Amino acid sequence: MKSITSLNDYFAQLHIEDLNDYGPIAIKNLKENEQKNIVGIYCVFTPTELISAANAIPVSLCSKNGSTIPDAEKYLPRNLCPLIKSSYGYAITDKCPYFHFSDLIVGEITCDGKKKMYEYLNELKPVHVMQLPQMNSHEIYFEFWKQEMIRLKKRLEKEFNVQINNQKLAAEIKLKNSERLVLKELYQLQKLTPPPLFGSEVLRLLNLSQFTFDKQVANNRTRKAIDKIKQLYQNGDKRISDSAPRILITGCPMGNSTEKIVKLVEKNGGVVVCFENCTGIKDKEDLVLENCDPIEALTQKYLNIPCSCMSPNDNRFELLIKIITEYQIDGVIDMVLQACHTYNVETLRMKEFVNIDKEIPYMSLETDYSSADIEQLKTRISAFLEMMY
Amino acid sequence: MYSLGIDIGSVATKAVLFDGDIVDRVILPTGWSPRQAGKDAVIELLKKNGINQVNKIVVTGYGRIAVDFADKVVTEITCHGKGAYVLNNKVRTIIDIGGQDSKGININKHGKVIDFIMNDKCAAGTGKFLEVTINSLGEDITEIDELTRKAVAEKINSMCTVFAESEVVSLLAQGADKANIIMGIIDSIAARTVSLLNKINITDEVLFTGGLANSSQITNQLTKVLQKKVKTDTNSQFAGAIGAAIIGWEELQ
Repeated sequence: MKSITSLNDYFAQLHIEDLNDYGPIAIKNLKENEQKNIVGIYCVFTPTELISAANAIPVSLCSKNGSTIPDAEKYLPRNLCPLIKSSYGYAITDKCPYFHFSDLIVGEITCDGKKKMYEYLNELKPVHVMQLPQMNSHEIYFEFWKQEMIRLKKRLEKEFNVQINNQKLAAEIKLKNSERLVLKELYQLQKLTPPPLFGSEVLRLLNLSQFTFDKQVANNRTRKAIDKIKQLYQNGDKRISDSAPRILITGCPMGNSTEKIVKLVEKNGGVVVCFENCTGIKDKEDLVLENCDPIEALTQKYLNIPCSCMSPNDNRFELLIKIITEYQIDGVIDMVLQACHTYNVETLRMKEFVNIDKEIPYMSLETDYSSADIEQLKTRISAFLEMMY
Repeated sequence: MYSLGIDIGSVATKAVLFDGDIVDRVILPTGWSPRQAGKDAVIELLKKNGINQVNKIVVTGYGRIAVDFADKVVTEITCHGKGAYVLNNKVRTIIDIGGQDSKGININKHGKVIDFIMNDKCAAGTGKFLEVTINSLGEDITEIDELTRKAVAEKINSMCTVFAESEVVSLLAQGADKANIIMGIIDSIAARTVSLLNKINITDEVLFTGGLANSSQITNQLTKVLQKKVKTDTNSQFAGAIGAAIIGWEELQ
């Protein structure tokens, strides 16, 4: 192995798939050798702490690649969000190893499409659906969501024949918070000028932590990555120009097929310094309170995730006010998946907010998991970046 | 000192020679090789003006990535913004309809792009749409103004190029007048363009650029549907190449 003397080396030698305790092999071992229960999840609204406290392993299910969409379209309408179609396609074709090993699926009602998809999914695996309130502004919604937390707790206890006590739950909250904190430290490196990392590299490291199921191991990995990046950066390894436009990507969940947007930004002279989406910082900015009733603390944390399924979604705008300043954002790209009505409708408010209040360029891009729009995206993204020179 | 701007569109390649002012311009069909078309345009422009070399070449348009002799590559959105501003500095919105896409571009009082909108994934409302439908009538795209002088538009309902083509064929079969069908196609393009423009704010003067700006019928129809005077310029089709040449020129200063 070559010694690592630059950030480019570091990422070239970072073979995430080959690491122990990572990904599909790790889940197989947990399931077959350690007899762990596996709980598949789709969304950052799932209180994973409850799952861990039930001594089960929460794992994000495959949903971000277009290869399973044709299979899903045999059953689901074509005019549906690609994330829902991809998820369902993975499930019915058994191409998602995490789905394969799952004992239970937990889904939240974040939109109509998912809500109805869960009904079909339940025919393949037991699905526990949490009904998410569509507003978070009043205590009745808090109370409702708290009851949903308790219902999930009971389901996990029954399903896996365990007791979730407050002590165990508090310990899991602490552990998950520690993951959030170390990941925050990682992505906040991007506040530097120039940023040390490309957005695509940030996504890789977030993925590494997400699919390293032992969170102590995950946190150590992220910590090591931060130290290495800092060291190389401080030694003068600055790969990105000071004048490269600093882009914030916001909107729908991103990854795999939709990373085409990150690549196009970064191939055309920009750099993605922050991801305000479920893949990025959306679920990590706020911690779960540690010194109060754990169920209430979870209720509060998860009810306040700034998702467009909430009405109104003021939290997202408050978060953006902070990010745009702290990360010195030059332009905002709002990525919307086709048929995601809530994020799509919210682009109007977002555009006005970014253009008028923050006085920086804004562009919304509606896309799907295909590569059919690559050339169009290239022109749009290049022209958008040219607005910043 | 000279700069040269080339706009390699899907149908036509435009090139402009610039020395602080427009010295000369050429237009060639792009054909199957955007790279060759770009090269030919440079050679022709240099030969015509007895020049051996230029100091800066900026390339734009859909074929911009295909050339290997560019000093700089810029998107057609930025170039049309720049070019239109130089043609008329009161312009704040540009409608650019080219062979394969249509765009609305907003610029500020300095000619800088502040917002834009582009058709996606589909040829509706573009030059290609016009070409395919006009060809199915056995007519040439350059003759549309002449042909439709006294026409009353037939309604073309389909936005899809392929379906519109079959609609044209069935209108012919029903005995509709050719000129009226062409007028219907023009109406359809104007309607599609205006619905695209609804996504950006139109605050001031509007300039129509790109190949379709050569048609006064399309320009008039756009004015009618938009309820706002849409202007053109004799250099409208060259706006992208002019913008590219100016971007090159500014880098030389």
